[in-house]
Amino acid sequence: MAEARVIPLHGADREASRRRRGAAQARTQALGQLPEPPPPSSLSPSRESAHESAPEPEPTSSEPAAWERHLADLLSFARRRIQGDYEVDEFGFDPDLTDHILMPPLRPLYEKWFRVETIGMHNVPGEGGALIVANHSGTLPLDATMTAFAVRADHPKRRHLRMLGADLVFKTPVLGALARKSGQTLACNPDAERLLRSGELVGVWPEGFKGIGKPFKDRYKLQRFGRGGFVSAALNTGVPIIPCSIVGAEEIYPMIGDLKALARLFGFPYFPVTPFFPFLGPLGAIPLPSKWYIEFGEPIRTDVYGEHAADDPMLVFNLTDQVRETIQQTLYRLLTQRRNVFLG
Amino acid sequence: MAPKVVLVTGCSRFLGGHLAARFAANPDVERVLGVDTEPPSRDLLRRMGRAEFVRADIRNPLIAKVIATAHVDTVVHASVTANPAGPAGRTAMKEMNVIGTMQLLAACQKSPHVRKLVVKSTSAVYGSSSRDPAVFTEDMGPKDLPSSGYAKDAVEVEGYVRGFARRRPDVDVTALRFTNFIGPRIDTVLTRYFALPVVPTVLGYDARVQLLHSEDALAVLERATLHDLPGVYNVGGDGVLLLSQAIRRAGRINLPVPSGAVPMMGRLFRSARLVDFSPDQMRFLNWGRVVDTTLLKQEFGFTPRWTTQQAFDDYVSGRALRPIIDPELVASVERGVLDVAARLR
Repeated sequence: MAEARVIPLHGADREASRRRRGAAQARTQALGQLPEPPPPSSLSPSRESAHESAPEPEPTSSEPAAWERHLADLLSFARRRIQGDYEVDEFGFDPDLTDHILMPPLRPLYEKWFRVETIGMHNVPGEGGALIVANHSGTLPLDATMTAFAVRADHPKRRHLRMLGADLVFKTPVLGALARKSGQTLACNPDAERLLRSGELVGVWPEGFKGIGKPFKDRYKLQRFGRGGFVSAALNTGVPIIPCSIVGAEEIYPMIGDLKALARLFGFPYFPVTPFFPFLGPLGAIPLPSKWYIEFGEPIRTDVYGEHAADDPMLVFNLTDQVRETIQQTLYRLLTQRRNVFLG
Repeated sequence: MAPKVVLVTGCSRFLGGHLAARFAANPDVERVLGVDTEPPSRDLLRRMGRAEFVRADIRNPLIAKVIATAHVDTVVHASVTANPAGPAGRTAMKEMNVIGTMQLLAACQKSPHVRKLVVKSTSAVYGSSSRDPAVFTEDMGPKDLPSSGYAKDAVEVEGYVRGFARRRPDVDVTALRFTNFIGPRIDTVLTRYFALPVVPTVLGYDARVQLLHSEDALAVLERATLHDLPGVYNVGGDGVLLLSQAIRRAGRINLPVPSGAVPMMGRLFRSARLVDFSPDQMRFLNWGRVVDTTLLKQEFGFTPRWTTQQAFDDYVSGRALRPIIDPELVASVERGVLDVAARLR
């Protein structure tokens, strides 16, 4: 940076989003569960009379109906799974499994452990393709899963975030199959453009392993943004790029060392040493409960550059830099607003 | 323009035989020649009607004489196969696929009457790996060239076909890259695989499988022969099944095998004459393969009648596969538990 920049200390819509979040929280309770039954209108006269005529089942019918319907939902889910009666898209995305099995365990992590607060969710379009570009950190890609959960639970349209993952993910048994079922696919331009063209919301973490595996002392310093492949994908499909800044994920596993030899042995890109891992064994794998903010910035339009814009490398570089700078500035702003790593 | 004299290779197998039968039933086609090394089954022969069967080996230069004397104007090369004929197996299959194609193309090149060539290829030419894009379009190539087996055969066959197209630019060449076939009547490695009561899969992997109903495959081959539609086209049904999902739909039991034990398992199944899987097909079980069929629908002008799921269900019901896990039982358990729950209330 050549000149000092003024960083606005209070994001315009931060307070508004705090208010919004209260409402969103109520809405998100319903994710992965059945919609709540309508509140019993105990004052209605017809119900009163029913109460008199059939005293036994009526008083309990309103409450167990919830668990019973939950059970029915669970059973029909189990039957669908046993009989293979569900749809999978060409990328291997299994929405039925994602909503019933993969997403619900993330809720306590999202709400109670990291207390994720989303800002600017209105910048994420309700329909049509869009590319969310975010900073990557935290040794394990929890930031990606939390962003996906945020978009699914807190967005008014409850969209699925289709994430682009490294090839290492898909090479790994179990993890690779699970990643595909949860809607991820390989980070390559054909896949990204196919998803964007079909109107999906795509998430990409262009720093890759450089970002997620950087030492703790480099926290919140953005690494190189790949080769700008994500920008050319957006340019080719004309979808907006939404810069996304995630604060809090850097502190979940503070990486103070990297055992390169072990990493090579296992074929990992890095082998992290945190204050608690590997010294405390599996206990060290518990992430620290930092307070998280996920801010979705103003969409950057890419449909104004014409048809062959992706063939202009200068434009691609400039847009890549613009996205990167936006995320970096937003990170600095969010950090100055944060008083405590764990309390926010 | 409708062809006058059609030669179909591999006519003792399902695709070639039924294709020859379709041409024989078509009054626009004057003469139909079916070529294979062994005669078709009696049932198939009856279906083929007025089609003439020529017992010839396409690996032998004799085929050139057949093509020249009969004034064949359209050659349908449908004998490239992934299913070894018998215990003689893999080497013979490779010979037939690769050397047979070479000879056949050489014969076609020599004959001035040949105007059209339709080749049944396979989507296996794209290979199968974790580094591939999720969906293959016709312009993509394999990340690492298949090193053995059917996929390598297919890559070589397509190479010879391209060479032929270069040397005979006046011939319309259509190469059709089919996904795996399925259907009640066709017999392939995959149909035998899903018919096993306990289906072994690779632990920790779940392949995306795209299938094509055998009737759709016949219709595509027929259309390519009767119309002038040169080019390379992917052919596959819409939609995808996960391998585990397909096994569940068939009511089979999935047996995940650690990947280290998979080759041993493969040998076991081969020696038991159950399913004959080659290493590249094993790799297919890890990652699967999906192809883009936009070109097929828009330029070739064909939309498969069966989706992957429908084709698979048709196979399950057509083969009368008795599900090991009875759907009725599952449904009744569900009803039972709900009844108990209702009573508890």
